[in-house]
Amino acid sequence: MTSPAPASPASPRTPAETRPALILGARSDMGRAVAHLLAAEGRPILLAGRDVAALERDAADIAARHRVEARALAWDAADLAGHAAWLDALPETPGVVLSAVGLLGDQDATQEDPARIAEIVTANFTGPAVALEAAAVRLAALPGPTAVIGIASVAGDRGRARNYWYGAAKGGFATMLSGLRQRFAGTDLLVMTVKPGFVATAMTEGMDLPAPLTLTAEAQAELIVRALRKRRAKVMHWKWALLMGVIRNLPEAIFLRTRF
Amino acid sequence: MSLAGGGESVGGGAARSAPDLGPAPPLRGDLPAPAPLTGWGRFPSVRGHLRVPRDAAEAAAMVRGQGAGLAPRGLGRAYGDAALPPAEGPALALSTAGLNRFVEIDETAPRIVAEAGVSLADMETALLPRGLFPPVVPGTRFVTLGGMIAADVHGKNHHAPGGGSLSAHLDWVEVMGRDGGVRRLSPGDPGFAETCGGMGLTGLILRAALRLRRVETGWLRQEAMPAPDLAAAMAAIEAASGWTHTSAWIDCLARGARLGRALVYRAEDAALSELGAAEAADRWALGRAARRIGPPPDLIPGFALNALTVRAFNALYWRAGLRAAARGSALTPWSACFHPLDAVLGWNRIYGRRGFVQFQCVLPPETAEAGLRAMLETVSASGQGSFLAVLKLLGDGQGAPSSLAFPRRGWTLALDFPATGAALRLVARLRALTAAHGGRLYLAKDATLTRAEHDALDPRAAAFRGAKARDPAFLTELARRLGL
Repeated sequence: MTSPAPASPASPRTPAETRPALILGARSDMGRAVAHLLAAEGRPILLAGRDVAALERDAADIAARHRVEARALAWDAADLAGHAAWLDALPETPGVVLSAVGLLGDQDATQEDPARIAEIVTANFTGPAVALEAAAVRLAALPGPTAVIGIASVAGDRGRARNYWYGAAKGGFATMLSGLRQRFAGTDLLVMTVKPGFVATAMTEGMDLPAPLTLTAEAQAELIVRALRKRRAKVMHWKWALLMGVIRNLPEAIFLRTRF
Repeated sequence: MSLAGGGESVGGGAARSAPDLGPAPPLRGDLPAPAPLTGWGRFPSVRGHLRVPRDAAEAAAMVRGQGAGLAPRGLGRAYGDAALPPAEGPALALSTAGLNRFVEIDETAPRIVAEAGVSLADMETALLPRGLFPPVVPGTRFVTLGGMIAADVHGKNHHAPGGGSLSAHLDWVEVMGRDGGVRRLSPGDPGFAETCGGMGLTGLILRAALRLRRVETGWLRQEAMPAPDLAAAMAAIEAASGWTHTSAWIDCLARGARLGRALVYRAEDAALSELGAAEAADRWALGRAARRIGPPPDLIPGFALNALTVRAFNALYWRAGLRAAARGSALTPWSACFHPLDAVLGWNRIYGRRGFVQFQCVLPPETAEAGLRAMLETVSASGQGSFLAVLKLLGDGQGAPSSLAFPRRGWTLALDFPATGAALRLVARLRALTAAHGGRLYLAKDATLTRAEHDALDPRAAAFRGAKARDPAFLTELARRLGL
């Protein structure tokens, strides 16, 4: 299917590319970093999350730095039934929707408590998945290249004792994105799956992460925006791609004896 | 756990009160083992915890939870221990890296309001396309607004109208005290003078409003003038004081008749009409600023920078300066004019892993020539090469009697040396010469001054100690060392 828009490849900016970028879970360091990079390219920015007062400070920051429109919007990942209507209520359908929603939780406390499990699964899987599916349907209907981007995690590639509820939810999210990508294959909608490894963010503050494998939120965001420019569907830092190749293929008997 | 979006369902997702945002920061996991922290000179090193509040509420929780030994830290560009937690007693470095939002740019005033952790580089990049520029910029742009206020930095335009130190351009600064409360201080308010140049000891600087200057381009028309000796260098700098931006590179190893030979730089903002086609295509010189090399590998042996290599470098640099002077004025990007060393990321590594110390003094005009001569003779006789050597004439603006701010009228000399025993002994002699000539030292550069020396050098220390604005919950290794 070709784009109905009359945009020529030479024109730097098709209408879809001037539409705002919507960041879901915009309080995350990674989401905020992506917002800054897209704003630097001139895109208007919509920051969505629960703490609107904090998001308004971030929106003012983006607007002042990059001279684009930036707004903060109240949004809750857990409001599954409300996502479609919430998107329809936006004054303009965005050209890019990114979910940076994530909740690591405490594995020890989570595995004892079904309520926490439900919270982890909603925050990392069903919430963002339902929101991105609703977004995909709307963005695919727009003329010109659009994108939905989900931030999953390498933790979803193989369950580990340390964080398997988080990992399972992220893995479910990645699987859902894979299906969404196939559903919209051949359209101008890019469905991107991002699998970060260790990223130094508020989520991982206080953890002793191995420096050579730890990216800054800005570096991870740079990978995402570069992939968006090149319309690539999968984003993983090469070091993590190598490492996860090994981890995924470890024979179970050996994997069970490891602790990482 | 601070990510928004996850959590309980609320129709429409209304803003939630703080307790629903996950555990308060002090509860967010255990801190890893204390890590070694250093300043830009990588000497000294102090093991300590570092926390990164993302907003004022998080900062308040950390300040109240810790209660003592709080050391504010920006980008860690103070050379010595000004942003290190105290080596003894309770200690916590509070990084402003997460408090780095622009609040507002008012293009008509013109003025910027920003959080303390915003870097000068970010400000310059955002301001230039609007025809605006910070009023005062130090030698590196990888510093924070809060750090610049705490050190009351000066730039190449300190002597010029519209120059002075940074504090002369602040409308207000907001400071968080040990109770977590925030005070907004304007010039004249109690505590404002002590906060500017107060090295972070009056509380955590959170936000500030800084007046800006207008520029037509990001380029400067710069001239280099060779001066064969110290007297000629000082005369040339004084003669250039009608120019907005002046400073001099000084060959600290030249001896005898060449003692104090220098390349004096003077520059003016370039108007749009002065730009050639190449420059006009990059009107704000932001493309040039992005060109950087490095960082050099962390493998440079400590002996690589010695009297021989520095002498060779200085000879080359002198000759390059002569050629530049022969060409007359040249259009120079703001980044190269104001922040030449930023072109090499991580240049502090050239001194090797042992680190280095910086010495920067200012001498009153009356004693300056004799004092500078004595210092340069001491340096060149020692054979300790200083890679960086800068001479500059500071203008009026003394700072309040209870402030620790560095700038005062007179001549300032900045040198740096590897942190070796011999060099540290040399720096001690330079400190003694500073005292003998009635000068003062720049605390943001210092790592080696003793309390007795400092009290003798700067009578303001006692006043600062007793000042009401001095918040006892805040303590850096510098403050512990100097008993501030």
